[in-house]
Amino acid sequence: MSLRSLMLGTAVAAAALLPLAGTAAAKTYKVGLVVSLSGPTASLGQQIERGAKLYQSLHKDDLGDDSVELIVRDDTGPAPDVAKRLAQELVVRDKVDVLAGIIFTPNANAIAPIATQAKVPFVIMNAASWATTKSSPYIVRVSQTLPQITVPLAQWAAKQPDIKSVYTLVSDYAPGIEAEEAFAHGLKEAGKTVAASVRVPVQNPDFVPFLQKVKDAKPDALYVFLPGGTQSTALMKAYQSLGLKEAGIRLIGSGEVSVEDELPNMGDAAIGVVTGFHYSTSHDSKANADFVKAWQAAYGADSVPTFMGVGGYDGMAAIHGAIKSLKGKFTGEAAVEAMRHWKAESPRGPIAIDPETRDVVQNIYIRRVEKVDGALRNVEFETFQAVKDPGKAAK
Amino acid sequence: MKSMSASGGAATPSGAATPSTWRGLAMGRSGGDLAIATLLGLGALATLLFGEAYWLLASQVAITMIFALSVDLLVGYAGIVTLGHAVFFGLGAYTVGIASAHLGWTEPLSGLLLAGLVAAALGGATGVLVLRTKGLGQLMLTMAFASLVYEIANRAKPLTGGADGLQGMVIAPILGLFEFDIFGLTAFLYTLAVLGVVVGLAVLMTRSPYGRSLVGIRENRVRMQAIGTNVQQRLLSIYVVSAALAGIAGALLAQTSQFVGLNVLHFSLSGEILIIVALGGAGRLWGALLGAVVFTLFKDRLSALDPAYWYFWLGLLLAVIVLFAPKGLIGLVDRLLSILQRGEVR
Repeated sequence: MSLRSLMLGTAVAAAALLPLAGTAAAKTYKVGLVVSLSGPTASLGQQIERGAKLYQSLHKDDLGDDSVELIVRDDTGPAPDVAKRLAQELVVRDKVDVLAGIIFTPNANAIAPIATQAKVPFVIMNAASWATTKSSPYIVRVSQTLPQITVPLAQWAAKQPDIKSVYTLVSDYAPGIEAEEAFAHGLKEAGKTVAASVRVPVQNPDFVPFLQKVKDAKPDALYVFLPGGTQSTALMKAYQSLGLKEAGIRLIGSGEVSVEDELPNMGDAAIGVVTGFHYSTSHDSKANADFVKAWQAAYGADSVPTFMGVGGYDGMAAIHGAIKSLKGKFTGEAAVEAMRHWKAESPRGPIAIDPETRDVVQNIYIRRVEKVDGALRNVEFETFQAVKDPGKAAK
Repeated sequence: MKSMSASGGAATPSGAATPSTWRGLAMGRSGGDLAIATLLGLGALATLLFGEAYWLLASQVAITMIFALSVDLLVGYAGIVTLGHAVFFGLGAYTVGIASAHLGWTEPLSGLLLAGLVAAALGGATGVLVLRTKGLGQLMLTMAFASLVYEIANRAKPLTGGADGLQGMVIAPILGLFEFDIFGLTAFLYTLAVLGVVVGLAVLMTRSPYGRSLVGIRENRVRMQAIGTNVQQRLLSIYVVSAALAGIAGALLAQTSQFVGLNVLHFSLSGEILIIVALGGAGRLWGALLGAVVFTLFKDRLSALDPAYWYFWLGLLLAVIVLFAPKGLIGLVDRLLSILQRGEVR
């Protein structure tokens, strides 16, 4: 009996080992995706996760026998210690080859030392403070930086003959302040200055008193940076109800102000708003048409990909690119090195990684909200080609 | 390392102790305390030996246990309600963070003491006001203080880093020997050692006449006053002690994660720790400790299984536990043990 069970055990063990031996050449690369999936910012994390999964499902045959496994973790919002622990566990427990994701800059900064210590590439899919890539040599950013999207808009605004004075309104936290500074800097370089600035609370601001103040100051334009989501709609409603548009105050801002998943809630008040950004869902290219089509096939016709979704998608593209070019000789350093020279035709247009700063280089588009076929869209009308992060150029 | 295992022994009494000294040490009103102490001790040992991948999580568990203990002393024993205890936790975290990032005070043990003292000082200052009120008013006041401190930390960007978190904090190796490693072994042993000391102190305190007088105040304040207890002074002292312990827990979090963000001061943390105490069983030290372990482990597992909707499952689980175990998990353990004992008798 015991002999039989021993033999049986050996046979089972051998059978279990067989598939491993047979596919020794094939490797599964693990990507730890840390995004915010619960609480008020859940929709942002969902965009990134969907983008990443979409790329994965469309390109799973590209790697031959190898495959990529996505391990998703929820950092619950701006919670750096949670994000850091999750990243540490992904490295120690799940032994991931790549860390990715991250919506909030503080979380990215907290994870950076883990990436350095573990020699694991860290692909940032949103967090946009310009200095973040400096916090670890293993960071590669595929999303955007705040100065990168803000300075071109300031340059555009400076050229407009009917915009002589600009008022700025930003959320009172690091990205908002960074946007405020970048906008003022861009305007100043073109020989104009900001008339006045105001900062509003990050959480649940009531825009009415602030916008009343703006209305009384009678500027030609109001520049706005907000974290996006429902706040943009609240701003738009206040902008309309106080009659700023009728008073001749143009609304311009960062792309979050007219983000696509909120546009339908804003109504016609949004028409004519000019924003500077790197991605519009209605960007006119084959890559984007295919991307939006695949997205809606996967997640339903109601779901609209935003810049977050594209960040997740392109991040996975960069990771796949590195795996493919390394042909099985994957190490942290080599992958970062490969991604430094990564280029692609993204749904947002041509993008590349700046080998010096490991930050994304991309076109920034100036767009106007217009009604096309009965729906509000961000229609691009001016392009700043291959913009590098001005934050690093300035410092 | 020696000091760690020695003080760790307070939480996990050595095998040489007989059940009766065990019971005495754990101050069992029932077998539940003893059972849970044994369980937690074995769990810690097993994690140390076999759970390499879980050391980091275990250090989080230990920190949550200390925090839960501090709240249980206040809410469960003394009957003081609070929805703002994260203020002391956060203050402790920011104390070691700021001391390290701005003053170069990187020594962990003295940092822990400093954090405890600073939190105790704030506890004393706010306690005088908070303890003038009772019930809902008290709840509101603790919440108000917590929101105030949160907003101050948010505004004081040069000091705290604001919403971006505190950058550039470094923690020196413990006793100059044990560096914080990426696997979290040092963090695990360190937090376990501190937990051991804290639990030891808490057990002694709740056994002492002082601890009994707190329960007395909770049960019948007027009567305690009538027999000559200085009620206000007792309450204030436990408020200060609880604040200090919460501060130490926060400091441990900052030291082991080497980062401090505004979330350590957030209201949701105050709520969560109250849920943990209620889950484990308020008014029982080992209940709070068990609650912290169960809650943190559930949170970790659920968020890994279903990253998008894990809060739903957590809520459901909590609702079920509260519904079927109104006295908390420790009440459940008590009941289980009494059933087992009766079974043996029969």
